[in-house]
Amino acid sequence: MSEEYLVNIEHEKLSFFTPAGEVKALNDVNIHLRQGEVLGIVGESGSGKSVTAYSLIGLTADPGKLISGSLYFNGHQVDQMTEKEMRKIRGNEISIIFQDPMTSLNPVYTIGNQITEVITLHTNKTKEEAKARAKELLELVGINEPEKRLKQYPHELSGGMRQRIMIAIALACEPKLLIADEPTTALDVTIQAQILELMMELKDKLGMSIIMITHDLGVVASMCDHIAVMYAGRIVEYGTTDQVFYEPKHMYTKGLIRSIPRLDTDEHQRLIPIEGTPVDMLNPPKGCPFGPRCEACMKICLKQNPPITEFDDTHYTYCWLQQKEAMERLAADSSAKSSGGGEA
Amino acid sequence: MAKNPISFQMDLDPADFLPATEEEKQSQVIMRDSISFWKDGFRRLRKNKVAMVSLAVIIIIMIFAFIVPQFYPYSYDMQIKGANNLAPMQFSAAEQAIIDAGGSVFPHFFGTDSMGRDYAIRIMVGTQISLLVGLIATAIILCIGPLYGAIAAYAGGWVDLLMMRIVDIIYTIPDVLLIILLSFALDGPLKALATVPGFTWIQTVGTNMISIFIVFALLYWVNMARMVRSQVLTIKQSDYVTAARALGVKTSTIIRKHLMTNCIGTLIVCATLQIPSAIFTESFLSFLGLGVAVPLPSLGSLASAGLNGLYTYPYLLFIPAAVISLIILSFNLLGDGLRDAFDPKMKK
Amino acid sequence: MTRYVLKRILLAIVTIWVVATLTFFLMNMIPGGPFLSEKAISPQATAALEAKYGLDKSLWEQYVTYMNGLLHGDFGLSLKQRGRTVLEIIVTKFPVSAKIGGMAVLISLVLGVSLGCIAALHQGKFWDRFISVFATLGIAVPGFVVCTLLSYVFGAKLKLVSTLGLSDWTSYILPVTAIAFYPTSYIMRLMRSSMLDVLGQDYMRTAKAKGLSGTKQLFKHALRNAILPVVTYVGPMLAYTIVGSFVVEKIFVIPGLGGSFITAINGRDYTLIMGTTIFLATLVILMTLVVDILYKIIDPRIKYD
Repeated sequence: MSEEYLVNIEHEKLSFFTPAGEVKALNDVNIHLRQGEVLGIVGESGSGKSVTAYSLIGLTADPGKLISGSLYFNGHQVDQMTEKEMRKIRGNEISIIFQDPMTSLNPVYTIGNQITEVITLHTNKTKEEAKARAKELLELVGINEPEKRLKQYPHELSGGMRQRIMIAIALACEPKLLIADEPTTALDVTIQAQILELMMELKDKLGMSIIMITHDLGVVASMCDHIAVMYAGRIVEYGTTDQVFYEPKHMYTKGLIRSIPRLDTDEHQRLIPIEGTPVDMLNPPKGCPFGPRCEACMKICLKQNPPITEFDDTHYTYCWLQQKEAMERLAADSSAKSSGGGEA
Repeated sequence: MAKNPISFQMDLDPADFLPATEEEKQSQVIMRDSISFWKDGFRRLRKNKVAMVSLAVIIIIMIFAFIVPQFYPYSYDMQIKGANNLAPMQFSAAEQAIIDAGGSVFPHFFGTDSMGRDYAIRIMVGTQISLLVGLIATAIILCIGPLYGAIAAYAGGWVDLLMMRIVDIIYTIPDVLLIILLSFALDGPLKALATVPGFTWIQTVGTNMISIFIVFALLYWVNMARMVRSQVLTIKQSDYVTAARALGVKTSTIIRKHLMTNCIGTLIVCATLQIPSAIFTESFLSFLGLGVAVPLPSLGSLASAGLNGLYTYPYLLFIPAAVISLIILSFNLLGDGLRDAFDPKMKK
Repeated sequence: MTRYVLKRILLAIVTIWVVATLTFFLMNMIPGGPFLSEKAISPQATAALEAKYGLDKSLWEQYVTYMNGLLHGDFGLSLKQRGRTVLEIIVTKFPVSAKIGGMAVLISLVLGVSLGCIAALHQGKFWDRFISVFATLGIAVPGFVVCTLLSYVFGAKLKLVSTLGLSDWTSYILPVTAIAFYPTSYIMRLMRSSMLDVLGQDYMRTAKAKGLSGTKQLFKHALRNAILPVVTYVGPMLAYTIVGSFVVEKIFVIPGLGGSFITAINGRDYTLIMGTTIFLATLVILMTLVVDILYKIIDPRIKYD
């Protein structure tokens, strides 16, 4: 189904079977992405954002198992592929940039070796051609003196430089999809902007899609077409960037937005943090996972998982507050007094 | 995607849509207890079956080595007439006569050696000697190593450089060669010293044993010194110590709280693993005839003596060999367990 | 790099000098001199002998003479094997020991590294447990126990191989196995834990994400990093091999340097003890030096300061 999507993840359920018990890392996750689009997956650590992306190229860490659901890439069902078929996709059609450039490069090989490796693996290029291509890639990602860099070892380069190298490796085979797993978290703020700019520039040049995984809403706002907000292994809200930013429906999304520093308001506003601690995935709460931290939490939220509420083709959320009964009660309440954390 | 907005028709109680109280919210949050480092470590150690079994084996061996010989009817140097080279549980002709006459004779569980000495008590005393060697050697190392390492790390600069160069040199000297050489060279002087009143104990222990201890004191502490030095250096530069200092915590508190907790785990592990290595070395030297003085047995010298009659009395070799292996194995496994439990860096 | 190598060479030379000096003075601490045990020698004969071996001079002069000799490869004359120099004895005995030791080192490296890898790749499964049990036993059982057990079972009981001397190739099997036993087990453990550590590293995830095959991930990316701790162990392993050879050569009656060293100790052949000690220590120190330099080449991260 849906040939139009480059990435199509449907009802994915994935669990990690740890010695301490089953951790339901992903619960009914749906992701759709067209060629050339950028999707941002936002959430705190452990919310399942990386697991979602990794499962797409079979990089799920060891005790993790896909329970149900199907994953399509470019019309092929990825979860049915053999390891050998997967290998042809990895690094070739789907590439990943990891969070920590300091540890993601092998310390005992030169930069040149690590870039040409992926080129010779997926193309018929000779060693010399691969080397020429590697040089070209380094220029593309804005590294000066590429000739010299190719002969250097990772520890001789700075963090920003290494992340550029990681991008060069990822782009080596002109992938259709680039997964960027918190690509700027480990970098200095000034370098962050450069790296993001570079990624967007290359996206336009090469026409690829990007899945951007981050816990930083500021990062996704500038570059994503769609945003999926994840919490405790579920997508709690999904919509276009404008919808999520200007009409957030889920209380968690609202909390995230309130906690971004804003420069466009004149008055001096305090940042409002989200109270409480993240969910213990081994002992998740019975109802809505965000319930215990939600300021508008209702009794039902602690008993039952909320159903889906769809606002239009692109915007949906899982929140009891968006249900008819809650709306009615809130309407009745607000006629009496004004509520602080109300609707957008 | 299933499109049925708000058509999730169930019997929903309107009362459920009232705000939840704080208690109701908190009842859903299950917090894992936070526990102290030591408690956590002991809990993990207790869960480690292999380590607990090893600990039990070590305790049993210690009982046999240190307590049982006090009550044993035979002594390690007592030669029983006519009871040479008895097989395990066998009695000599004289003893058999006593039994036939209705008397009772304590059995020779492991038989006797060529000089008619009960082998079981010799094994027990031998184990005692071997364990003592391991424990004393480790105690010596524990005194020198950490102190040396800590001084080097704290002093820093050229003092540190010089001290570590010395460590480098000592590290590359082959230890066994030096032990052999030293036990050889110290033999005479120590024998002379043993005649002096107050030093006669040297005679009993044997000059070789003293040499072994001297070499341990000279050479074996380097690993521990290196470890403690790097540990202290890391801690000195670590963010939490900087943070503690910035908060105005006293230096003594920092040392006690951060340094000790970080080092003691590693030191315990290191010491536990040092004991078998010392026993290993002693048994090896005893085997070459450079160990304890006769008639005092050690497991190594027992095995060495057993080698001569290997084909006729194989148990004379295999029993001490098995005991050595069991001791080393238990200490190694316990050490591994301790490391898993207490070495914070090993925590995954 | 050059600076580092020079520094290490200098340190090695100092260490060798320390060992040689230590050996010399320890040997000269023995009271009565080496000829005390020989019975009924006239004072004139003793004096003649002492003059021959240079023992009539002051300790300092003897030291200078001995050190000077060492620099020229002169280890002096053997006291007990008349007419043979210590160097001669070392030169004839050493190749035998080196052959057995070399084989043992090779076998323990190959077996230890490969089995350690297999254990790490099957973490928690049957092969891991099997190999781990074997390795734990291997470092707990002393070499002489392994030796005697092997010779008892395969030599005396089964009569499969020769247990004395080095008559044919089968006679190499037991001594080499006995020497290789401990280092193999140790390397297995070392390799397993370092491999597990490496497999959890981020760059292994990168390698997988590149689409590399399992073998390529293992051989190119994991092995080279995981083998580093094993390389540092090769120095100490050499010392173990030498120690192992003492016992093994004694039990299997092999005409090597280890056996000759034991004989020298029992026969109080001071010059031979001294010579052999200095020779073996130098060997270990030089090998450690080579290994250290090799390590820096394999691991580019180390700075040469």
